[in-house]
Amino acid sequence: MADMSEIEKRFDIHEIAKNKKQDLDRYVCNIYCCHSTGCKSSGSDSILDLMKKSIEEHGLQGKVRIVATGCMGLCAQGPLIRVEIKGQKDVLYKRVEPLISRIIITEHVVPALKLEEGQEFVLPDFLQEYVLSLDLPFFKKQEKVVLKQAGHMDPEDIQEYIAGGGYLALEKVLKTMTPEQVVEEIKKSGLRGRGGAGFSTGMKWDFASRVKTDGDKFIICNGDEGDPGAYMDRSILEANPHGVIEGMMIAAYAIGATEGWFYIRAEYPLAVERIEKAIKACKKTRLLGNNIMGTDFSFNIDIRLGAGAFVCGEETALINSIEGKRGTPRPRPPYPTDRGLWNKPSCINNVETLANVAPIILKGADWFASFGTATSKGTKVFALTGQVEHSGLIEVPMGTTINEIVNEIGGGVPNGKELKAVQTGGPSGGVIPTEYLNLPLCYEELKKVGSIMGSGGMIVMDETSDMVDIAKFYLDFTVDESCGKCAPCRIGGKQMLLLLEKIIKGRGTKADIEQLRQIANAMQKASLCGLGQTAPNPVLSTLRFFLEEYESKVAKNEK
Amino acid sequence: MGDASVAAQIANKWRKKRGSLIMALHELQDVKGYVPWEDAMELAQAMNIPLARIYEVLTFYNFFKLDAPGKAVISVCTGTACYLKGNDKTLEEFKKQLGINEGESTPDKMFHLQCVRCVGCCGLAPVCVVNGKTYGRVGAGDVANILAEWRKKFEDESKE
Repeated sequence: MADMSEIEKRFDIHEIAKNKKQDLDRYVCNIYCCHSTGCKSSGSDSILDLMKKSIEEHGLQGKVRIVATGCMGLCAQGPLIRVEIKGQKDVLYKRVEPLISRIIITEHVVPALKLEEGQEFVLPDFLQEYVLSLDLPFFKKQEKVVLKQAGHMDPEDIQEYIAGGGYLALEKVLKTMTPEQVVEEIKKSGLRGRGGAGFSTGMKWDFASRVKTDGDKFIICNGDEGDPGAYMDRSILEANPHGVIEGMMIAAYAIGATEGWFYIRAEYPLAVERIEKAIKACKKTRLLGNNIMGTDFSFNIDIRLGAGAFVCGEETALINSIEGKRGTPRPRPPYPTDRGLWNKPSCINNVETLANVAPIILKGADWFASFGTATSKGTKVFALTGQVEHSGLIEVPMGTTINEIVNEIGGGVPNGKELKAVQTGGPSGGVIPTEYLNLPLCYEELKKVGSIMGSGGMIVMDETSDMVDIAKFYLDFTVDESCGKCAPCRIGGKQMLLLLEKIIKGRGTKADIEQLRQIANAMQKASLCGLGQTAPNPVLSTLRFFLEEYESKVAKNEK
Repeated sequence: MGDASVAAQIANKWRKKRGSLIMALHELQDVKGYVPWEDAMELAQAMNIPLARIYEVLTFYNFFKLDAPGKAVISVCTGTACYLKGNDKTLEEFKKQLGINEGESTPDKMFHLQCVRCVGCCGLAPVCVVNGKTYGRVGAGDVANILAEWRKKFEDESKE
C-alpha cells in the first residue's frame, strides 16, 4: 500500500476508515440522539439543536460529539437520548423534553467529564425518572444483525459507516469472490425474503444470474412497505441506508445487474432523503459509478417513489409503478427474473433482505445460519405495536416465541388487561390466539396456524378487541387498495365486506358466515396477485379461532 | 416566475429519464399543493405523454390531489395500531367539529381532512399529522385544541 497515490488514498476505504477512527477517538463523550420519524415527531429536532448549543456554551465541542442516529427501538418512550462517556456506564434517557436535554448536559455530561479516571459518576436523583434501564428485557433479549449499528451511528455519514466496517463486504466480494461464489454463500446462509413470502434469496439470485441479456439487467429494492402498522423497512432505510446500498451492490455483482432501483413509499420522506444522500456520498467516494474499487464492476443506483398504493408492494405492480404507470399487477410467469422492468430481467429484494447481505458475506454463511430454526435462518425485525407496554422496533432470532416477544421484550399488555391475540402479516396475515403463545416465529409455523411472517408487523390485541371488527378493518383496507383489475378480488372483497358489515350490525345469519367462507376460498384460488389471494386471510383466521364471536353476533337472528 | 414555467421546468428535468412521470407529478404537487388541470395539460405536452395517461396515473394513486386542499391538511392515521387505540373516534370528532367528511376541505379553505394509511410512528399511536407536524397519543378530546392552534397560527400570519 506504500505506493498509493494521494488520490487513491482519498478513495480507499481502509484509509477512510483509519482516518475516521482517529477522528472519532478524540471524543470522550458521545451523545446519541434518536432522529428517526418516531422520535422526530416527539420533538427530537429541537432537542438536538439545544444540546449542540449547550455543548458549545460549555466549550466542549472537541470532547463531546452529538450524533443524530437512526431508530433506537423503543419508539413509545421517545425522544430517546443515549449518553456514552469513556470510563462511565452508558445511560439511556427517555421522553426527553427540551429543558431536560439541557439539564442532561449541565448535570450529567459536564460533571462526569470533570471526574478523574476510576471515579464513578453518580446520576442526580431528579434525572433518574428519565432513565430507561439498559437491563430491560426489551434490550437484553434482542439479537441485532440488521440494526446492529442503528442508534450508534450517524446514518448520513458514509465515513462513519466505513469506519464501522462498511463496504468491506463489497471489497471482499469484488476482489476475492466470483459471482457464483457469492450466490452460493447466500444460498448456504439460508437467507429468505423478508418481504413476506420467504422465498430463498440465494435461489432468486441464482435464477437472475442465469438469465442472459444483451442489455440491461436490474436489481430492485422493494421499499414499498404498505402494511399499516409496520415500519421495519422505514427504520432500516433511515438508520442504515449504506447497509442496504451495500447489499444491493453485492446482489448486483452476483446476478450481473447493470443498474439498481430503490422503490420507496412517498409517505417516508426521511427514508427517501437518507437514501438520496447515501447514493450521493457513494458517488463522491467512487463506490458507485464506473470501475468500482478499481475492478471491472460498474454500477449505478436511482430512486423512484411510490404514491400511496398498497398493491405496489406486489412485484409486477411495483415494476409498472417504477415505469411511471398505474400499479396494476400482471400474471406470472413470466417472472420478473426473466422479464421485469422495461421487459429486462430484474431481481426484486426487500429492504431487510438486502440489509442482511453484507453481514453474511463478512461473517460467513455459517455464522448467519447459527441463528434461527432449521428452515428459517437469521434474525427478523418486527414492529411491535398495539396494546403492548413497550411498543417499538425489535430484532430477534427466528424461532423466538410469541410469548418471549410480547410478554418479555414487550413487557406484556398494559392496564391490567389480558392478552387476546397477536396479529402478524398485516392485511395478508392472520390472528394467533393465546393457546399458541409458545409458537416459534418462523415461516412454516406461522403458516400452519393460518398466518404468515409478512414483512414484520406484529400487533398485540387485548381482551377488549372485537375480532369481527378487526377482520372488517383489514378487509376494508384491502377492498380500498384492490386495483380492480381482476374480478375475484374486486367483487369478492366488496361482497365479503358487505357481509361483515351486516354481521356487525346484528343483521347477519349463519348462512352469511358460510357465504364468507365460500367467497374467501374463491378469492384465494382465483385472484391474480398476492393482494387478492391473501386478502381473505384475516377473515378466515378469525373465523378459525374466534368463531364464537361471529356466532354471538348472528345468534339472535337464528331463533 | 409564472405558473406555466413550473410544469415546463419539471418536464425539462424528467423528460429524458426513464419511468419519470410519477416523479414529475410528485414535484408538481410539492410546489402547488395539488396537481391543477392546467399544469397536467402542460406536462402532457412538454413530456409528450397523452393527458389521459397522466390522469390514469393521477387517479390511481391516493397520494395525488386534483383539487386545491385547505391551508392546514389534517391527516388522521388509520393504520392498525392507531385504529386499535381508537383513532376512528378522533376522526369522527374532526368530522363533527369541521362539518366535513374525509377527503373534503372546509368552505373557508382553512382545513382539509384526510385519512392516511400509516405514517410509521406506531409507537406514538394514535397519531394525527397537520402540515407535517405530528401529534402523538391524540384522543377525541384533543381535537378542539389542535384546530384552535392552527386557527390562531393562520390569524397571526395574516396580521403580519
